[in-house]
Amino acid sequence: MDLSGINPVLLIASLMVAATPLLLAAIGELVVEKAGVLNLGVEGMMITGAISGFAVAVETGSPWLGFLAAAAGGALLSALFALLTQVALANHVASGLALTLFGLGLSALIGQSYGGQKPPAMAKIDLGPLTDLPVVGPILFGHDPILYLGIAIVAAVWALLKFTRLGLILRAVGENHEAAHALGYKVVRIRVLAILFGGACAGLGGAYISLIRVPQWTDGMTAGVGWIALALVVFASWKPWRVLAGAYLFGGVTVLQLNLQAAGIAIPVEYLSMSPYVITVIVLVILSRDKSSAPGSLGRIFHASS
Amino acid sequence: MIRLEKRPQPSRAWSMATPVLAVIATMVFGGLLFAALGKNPFQSIETIFWEPLFGEFSFYYRPQLLVKGAPLVLIAIGLSLGFRAGIWNIGAEGQYIMGAIAGAGVGLAFYPLDAWYVFPLMVIAGALGGWAWAMLPALLKVKFGTNEILVSLMLVYVAEQLLASMSLGLLKNPEGFGFPGSRNLNDYAAGNSWIAQDIGLHWGVAAALIAVIFAYVLLNRHMAGFQIRLSGEAPRAARFAGVNPTRLILLCLGLAGALAGMAGLFEVSGPAGQVSIDFNVGYGFTAIIVAFLGRLHPVGILLAAALMALTYIGGEIAQGNLGLPAAAIQVFQGMLLFFLLALDLLTNYRLRRTVTEGN
Amino acid sequence: MKLTKLLAGAALALGLASTAMAADKTKVGFIYVGPINDGGWSQHHHESAKKMAEHFGDKVELVYQESVPEGADAERAITQMALQGADIIFTTSFGYMDATLNVAKKFPKVKFEHATGYKTAPNMSAYSARFYEGRAVTGFIAGKMTKSNKIGYIGSFPIPEVIRGINSTYIHAKKANPDVKISVIWLNTWFDPAKEADATQALLDQGVDVVLAHTDSTAPLAVLEKNGGYGFGQAADMIEFAPKPRLSSIIDNWAPYYIQEVQAVIDGTWASHNAWDGISTGMVGIGEITDAVPAEVKAEALAMKEAIAKGEYHPFTGPLNKQDGSPWLADGEVADDGTLAGLNFYVEGVDGDIPQ
Repeated sequence: MDLSGINPVLLIASLMVAATPLLLAAIGELVVEKAGVLNLGVEGMMITGAISGFAVAVETGSPWLGFLAAAAGGALLSALFALLTQVALANHVASGLALTLFGLGLSALIGQSYGGQKPPAMAKIDLGPLTDLPVVGPILFGHDPILYLGIAIVAAVWALLKFTRLGLILRAVGENHEAAHALGYKVVRIRVLAILFGGACAGLGGAYISLIRVPQWTDGMTAGVGWIALALVVFASWKPWRVLAGAYLFGGVTVLQLNLQAAGIAIPVEYLSMSPYVITVIVLVILSRDKSSAPGSLGRIFHASS
Repeated sequence: MIRLEKRPQPSRAWSMATPVLAVIATMVFGGLLFAALGKNPFQSIETIFWEPLFGEFSFYYRPQLLVKGAPLVLIAIGLSLGFRAGIWNIGAEGQYIMGAIAGAGVGLAFYPLDAWYVFPLMVIAGALGGWAWAMLPALLKVKFGTNEILVSLMLVYVAEQLLASMSLGLLKNPEGFGFPGSRNLNDYAAGNSWIAQDIGLHWGVAAALIAVIFAYVLLNRHMAGFQIRLSGEAPRAARFAGVNPTRLILLCLGLAGALAGMAGLFEVSGPAGQVSIDFNVGYGFTAIIVAFLGRLHPVGILLAAALMALTYIGGEIAQGNLGLPAAAIQVFQGMLLFFLLALDLLTNYRLRRTVTEGN
Repeated sequence: MKLTKLLAGAALALGLASTAMAADKTKVGFIYVGPINDGGWSQHHHESAKKMAEHFGDKVELVYQESVPEGADAERAITQMALQGADIIFTTSFGYMDATLNVAKKFPKVKFEHATGYKTAPNMSAYSARFYEGRAVTGFIAGKMTKSNKIGYIGSFPIPEVIRGINSTYIHAKKANPDVKISVIWLNTWFDPAKEADATQALLDQGVDVVLAHTDSTAPLAVLEKNGGYGFGQAADMIEFAPKPRLSSIIDNWAPYYIQEVQAVIDGTWASHNAWDGISTGMVGIGEITDAVPAEVKAEALAMKEAIAKGEYHPFTGPLNKQDGSPWLADGEVADDGTLAGLNFYVEGVDGDIPQ
């Protein structure tokens, strides 16, 4: 029973890395859901991003091109979902599940020749003396660029939703698509764009696992992170900064759990692992008093019949 | 310009034709995929769709279709009732797991008692386990208006962790040398669900067929079925007609949970044999797709489950015989789902060519 | 049991047919739990299977099915292989045990071999490797190489095989370095690269500088390569991570066993058994020890390997106490296979509890 082995600074730095794939996928899904679309295919888009990013990074030797390809790959897969739900008016839930099945298969197929290869490393941002600062150095200044990009995307989404006209339209479309349509907004176009953005973010999140956090390619390596991202969006009650906090909390539970074990403290692994989900349910209950949080048209099919 | 126009009523003709079209489209694109992988496309497609039904060893594969399809039917029937009423339970996987844990737990508690009532008690416990797990989102929705899609989904993860804890702890086989997983219920005559293993018949198959008939009668001949349909198609009218939404939510989620729980129990006391960390292979999620492919209609669900089971088993045969990678089969199934979902458009909408008028 | 007869008849008929067609080509089947490119357990079985097929050339036909879930689907996959006329089928994951047994009952003429289990039948063997012998060698190297006196062990499930590995690692790390401490993390999964990476990082963060993994992916080594620290190849050689962080490896070398068993089928001498082989037969291999390890340590490690191979040294030799301090093995006493097979306690000095 020795807690002294746990270094809180390193713990925080590690949980930031562990949380980043989750953060990226969840912030994308947040935008999608804000537009009134429920895409359960996050896992499929993440794994597709993971392999497209890995493959391109290995072929070109550039991790940056890899991440670009990951975003493109995730967006491309999400375009299928957009086609199904926005053009063919298929059910969101069923389409999302089918997307995950397809994405897992496709990624494994593409990835067949990439097992055991090493991707080019992405250099950490060198901030010189800042990184060497005690405590804040490793936490704030010791990471790779994509981790900061994730936080930047959160800030951008927050600003977009709060301050811009596009954000307003996006929310209007998600709240009540009939009213938004009546006001002359292009409901389908907005939603397709949101879905593509969500796909790109999920792709980045997947590639963060295959290029930075692990870094290697193996089949099914996202191992359910996409599903946790869905929980996270709800947990955050569709608010960008809460997604960030929630991602660190979810990531924190995982990393803390591992650290407690390593310190020789007996903990029931299963019960700690289920805690984020239980907390999410509790948050949902608290939130449901406040009817304004969930987008009103979430998961409903829109067809401009008039 | 092509414009979509909503049909006043879904077209019966198209609802029959679209699944066939979707299967044909999948065969074409799947064939191209297999050809790209260097396999003979015709042979691959034939292996997947023909071999399990009429091939050399169909005497073995046909019963396996029942084994694979039964849990899908059982879960999808329950889900379809809720989906029709606009109640979105997507946590059937969790209810399936909890049913399995509860049912198998009761069976293992009686082990090795050999009595006729053990299995019926297990079925009841399984149904109750699933029902209780579904009551959580139901009650939260009724009491607080909490979104049932998200709560039921969250509870899947909780159930999975409980499953891990159970197979490593409470339900672990005391004679299993410390390996995770319970006793094998196939070795416990009073506690297993096989009726005739040779023909793939276990109580889950029987229950699935009963559920189809039950759902058909309920939806077409019964007041509750009418209320379910009305609530989904015209929520406002339903309220005027005196439908009690609270009762409907409790009924739909409860039924879905109980059926999923029973499916879980039948699986662990039959084909899977034991509660183990990953005995659940995603039937709860696949059943959602099955429910939609079957257009939420009991008979449609039966056919959709049969089709899914066919691609699973045919896909396995193609892996074994032709060396198709497992991933290619997954992509193939994904394609099939995409086409089925996309082409359903034609059932509800008419494509109209419009002359662009100056506006 | 109508179908049983039918199945047996079909298998027999097919057996005859294939004999007539392809002049006694032996069909060998493999069932894998993961994809054949998982970089660990399944890949290594597959590579051993391919070596076996190469050895026999035209005389055998290799068939396999990958990513077969444990449970109901496994039984179908195995049956399917038997129906297709396989003469011998290797099922390569613990969770296939009951399924293999069920199918074996239906196909008395087909031979079955189940990896890492304990149930057998007249036509079903069990085979497993004494990985703990390899763990002794890598544990010794780990004890010598750690500078912080902290080594870490990433466990999958708390089953006897993994507990044996932890104990063997610790005992020999302590032989090399009396001050050594071991931290154990249980992941409750065999394969989850992201989780394995996080666990490795958690160990590093706590000052551990040598990490041993008992999970299937190469993620721990990838993290060690990036962030420092030493590790070992697990199941496969993982030589692509040499000379650092990979110091050596425990290799599951199934090929000789597969060749031996298939040969027995060809000769008609196959008999059911419960094989538990180690370094002596080559089933457990020690990968090349890299130059990062000082020469004298390398020599000592190799000497230990030799002693184990010759049967002169058993990794579980007394005096050894259980974790709670109660005596387990007296001085010079050697653990019997029965106790080892069901091992469910840590030896003295290992911290933490085994999850129950």
